Amino acid sequence: MRVMIIGCGRVGSVLANRLDEAGHEVVVLDRNQQAFRRLSEKFSGERIVGNGLIEDFLRPTLQEKTDILFAMTDKDNINLMIAQRVKLNFPLGEVIAVVHDSILAGLYKELGVETVCPTDLVIKDLLQMLQIIKESA
Amino acid sequence: MYIIVVGAGKVGYHLARLLMTQGHGHEVMVIEKDRAKVDLLSMEFHDAIMEGDGSTIEALKEAGANRADVVVATTGNDEDNLVICQIVKLMFLRPRTIARVNNPRNEELFTGLGVDASVSGTKLINAIIHEQVRAGDMMIPLLSLKAGDIEIVEVQLTRSSHIVRKKIKDLTLPTGSIFIAVIRGEEVIIPYGETEFQPEDKVLALVKRESEQALREML
Repeated sequence: MRVMIIGCGRVGSVLANRLDEAGHEVVVLDRNQQAFRRLSEKFSGERIVGNGLIEDFLRPTLQEKTDILFAMTDKDNINLMIAQRVKLNFPLGEVIAVVHDSILAGLYKELGVETVCPTDLVIKDLLQMLQIIKESA
Repeated sequence: MYIIVVGAGKVGYHLARLLMTQGHGHEVMVIEKDRAKVDLLSMEFHDAIMEGDGSTIEALKEAGANRADVVVATTGNDEDNLVICQIVKLMFLRPRTIARVNNPRNEELFTGLGVDASVSGTKLINAIIHEQVRAGDMMIPLLSLKAGDIEIVEVQLTRSSHIVRKKIKDLTLPTGSIFIAVIRGEEVIIPYGETEFQPEDKVLALVKRESEQALREML
């Protein structure tokens, strides 16, 4: 698979490393060069320094057939704008926006934008742990 | 009307002030992120300004977005302005949203994603005030500043206008006047020396009161 990841933060960098290790073709974009230090030494994918909100930085990558794009900067609104623009302008397999605000994530899902909400995932995990503790008590 | 303005920067501040003070009788709420700015402006706006990140559901809810007639997103970040308008439409089911577009290349995207009107600063002022002014006059005063000492005026050019087919650099503008925007169809052009006027252009100019007559004659 060919994957584009926008935002090389704590989560984005690990995702990039994992997908790269698994043999996928990975392109990572971040506006800050320093962010790429989070990538593993073995990372063999492409690194682009640029602003994900500006189409010029995405076009060279997305012109080629890309299976999935993850918009995962630390700003919900940036991720949502990137995802919507990419969906409109490029024929991609899948576009996923990381949205920390749970309600916002749900709202955009209704609008047809695929979202992943870290807040919801953490809460789900914590509640599950609580359930396990309760059951073993 | 109840109007929420997100962002108390230059555009948001002046827009809110205009809506509150020029006898439109609108109820206005400004949402601003920067506490210092809120403190400063609350002397003037009193209860009509609140601190908060207006690009979030919570802040918009607190501001009463569910009963707003119009929400105007004027922040300096296009991604925030876009999401504000979409939240307002989807979550609060309000019909009218206006977004300031900082990067003109985002304008098409905004329209494609359901923002009712996306405008640059100049276009915004024009659009809001346009409804209030009488048409017909060749030079329409849009906005009066400094107690009427300065005005923003709009001129609809025709084939017979003196400046049509001329470049700005070849014109001698009356002292105390300057062209600030040329509206050509859907496009807004910030004019410079090489800009050439065409029939059907709408020209926005900033002019001192004493220079108005001279500008009128020149056009």
